[in-house]
Amino acid sequence: MPRIFAYIIHRSGMFDDSGAELLAAAKRIDPTATPTAIIAGWGPNLDAACSSLQTSFPEIWKIANEALAYPNAEVVRHALVSILPAGSIVLVLHDHFGIDLAPGLSIKLNAAFVSDVLAIEGVEGNFLKVVRQELGGQVSTHARCDISTGAVINVRPGAFKPEPDVTAAGEVVDKSSSVGTLSAKRRYIETIVAEGGDVDITKHAVLVSIGRGIQEKDNVVIAEELAEALGAAVSCSRPVVDAKWMEKSRQVGSSGKTVKPKVYLACGISGAFQHLAGIKGSPFLIAINKNPKAPIFQIADVGIVDDILEFLPLLTEKVRELRGAAAK
Amino acid sequence: MEILVCARRVPDTSENEIEVNAAGNDIERDDLVYSINEPDNYAVEEALQIRDRVGGNVTVVTVGGEDDEEILRRELAMGANQAALVSDDAFAGSDGRGIATVLKAFVQKGKYDLILTGVQADDGAAQVGGMLAAMLDYPFASLVNSIAVEDGKLKVSREIEGGNREVNEIDLPCVLSIQTGINEPRYVGMRGIRQVASVPIPTVGATDLGVDANAVGEAGAKVRRIDYFVPAAGKGAEILRGSREENADKVLELVAAKGGLK
Repeated sequence: MPRIFAYIIHRSGMFDDSGAELLAAAKRIDPTATPTAIIAGWGPNLDAACSSLQTSFPEIWKIANEALAYPNAEVVRHALVSILPAGSIVLVLHDHFGIDLAPGLSIKLNAAFVSDVLAIEGVEGNFLKVVRQELGGQVSTHARCDISTGAVINVRPGAFKPEPDVTAAGEVVDKSSSVGTLSAKRRYIETIVAEGGDVDITKHAVLVSIGRGIQEKDNVVIAEELAEALGAAVSCSRPVVDAKWMEKSRQVGSSGKTVKPKVYLACGISGAFQHLAGIKGSPFLIAINKNPKAPIFQIADVGIVDDILEFLPLLTEKVRELRGAAAK
Repeated sequence: MEILVCARRVPDTSENEIEVNAAGNDIERDDLVYSINEPDNYAVEEALQIRDRVGGNVTVVTVGGEDDEEILRRELAMGANQAALVSDDAFAGSDGRGIATVLKAFVQKGKYDLILTGVQADDGAAQVGGMLAAMLDYPFASLVNSIAVEDGKLKVSREIEGGNREVNEIDLPCVLSIQTGINEPRYVGMRGIRQVASVPIPTVGATDLGVDANAVGEAGAKVRRIDYFVPAAGKGAEILRGSREENADKVLELVAAKGGLK
């Protein structure tokens, strides 16, 4: 069985669940694996991150280099290529950094690359069997990956549940001197923080959230009327922002806002995982979509197969009637 | 600036209910509506806008079969200067690495300053652009949502978490994967497509490119799809099957019960 590594991203010495998720994924490949975490950076933040990893990983490879003060995928790739043993399996989280790093890394390592893996079914001989999704999550596939020359595997955020009671007394191995001089043809300049917008969707208990099913900008008012009647806010999925029908500040998802409402009405939203990643706190989720195959129905509490352009106005009318009756 | 855009024709997920076929080895492809992969269309629009600002040419390429020519025709109608269909039986069954290998050979037959792809296609892998860049030893940035041309380099921003943007400077030549929403792709009507109906689109094969047939296609693939399936639904949604009227009443009742009506 090849040696398994997990590349850990940290910001300011802190990291999220991704280390534990990658550890869980490693155990799915090989239950007896003792995976090595690799972490890169510069300064006291790196040391802080290393020490917090020691309780979960048996070994941590540290790469300290000023060029890694900001995680630039090209620089990280150069560093990894110089230290990874041939034939290794490298696990990376499939987020904006993993998408930047992993495909090119697989080429430089002459290793297989499997992207956005949801589940790992195990290894038989030289082949790793995984589960992926295609076509916006409407179908799943099994894929077989030849790991005889190693593999880079991007793991979907949230897909692997961290195992409980993981303990380790990890040893930190300093690999900094093995990476040589790091330079890049791409250089980080700055991060521009998203603007706030007129309505803070993260503060609302009820969200009427619209997707591509709203069809055109002039129809957004249908959702606004329902939201107004309910005392809710209108949020949306990515295609609505791409089409410039709503402001970016209204977008729920991994590249938008993370919301924690009590009730979430997903209207004409298919349910791409990037969208679902922005919905936290297990709200009561009601999905209305005219496509009965829409993945949103797999995770919703209640579903209605209907056209939102017909259904929402009727619902608005009923809310108004109820409010009117209550006011009398 | 000489710009190459790599595009792909895919089933349009907003227009189709995707079903797995009886054998489980493909999706039902009869009656599927196909279109250009959405992020690729944004990539073409971005290329056209850059060309119109700084001069140069836009070439659109796809690796596929005869049916895929329609998206090239569409992108010509949008304003691309030329298009090429890279097609060979040897390419069938290629994984991402195989497609990147073919594209690398195509790139090396020309001279491009900038290569654009869409961030991901129907398989959701987001891999070909990054692989192509590594094969060419060009710098790469993914999830790009703005591009400014500077002297011998570009200033690009990437979409990162929470709607934040990571700004980078990147040397030319480079490969960028384009995120949707970077621009507003222009409309293409039937009339526009008819106007480019006679523009020749050359077909380029493995021999033309000098691609080793063993490095691509099924033979060269390290990753193979075994089957398609629809996962057993977890608990799944309780689907309301009443009339529209009844469903609306039920939703209202549920929203109220969950504290959604203050």
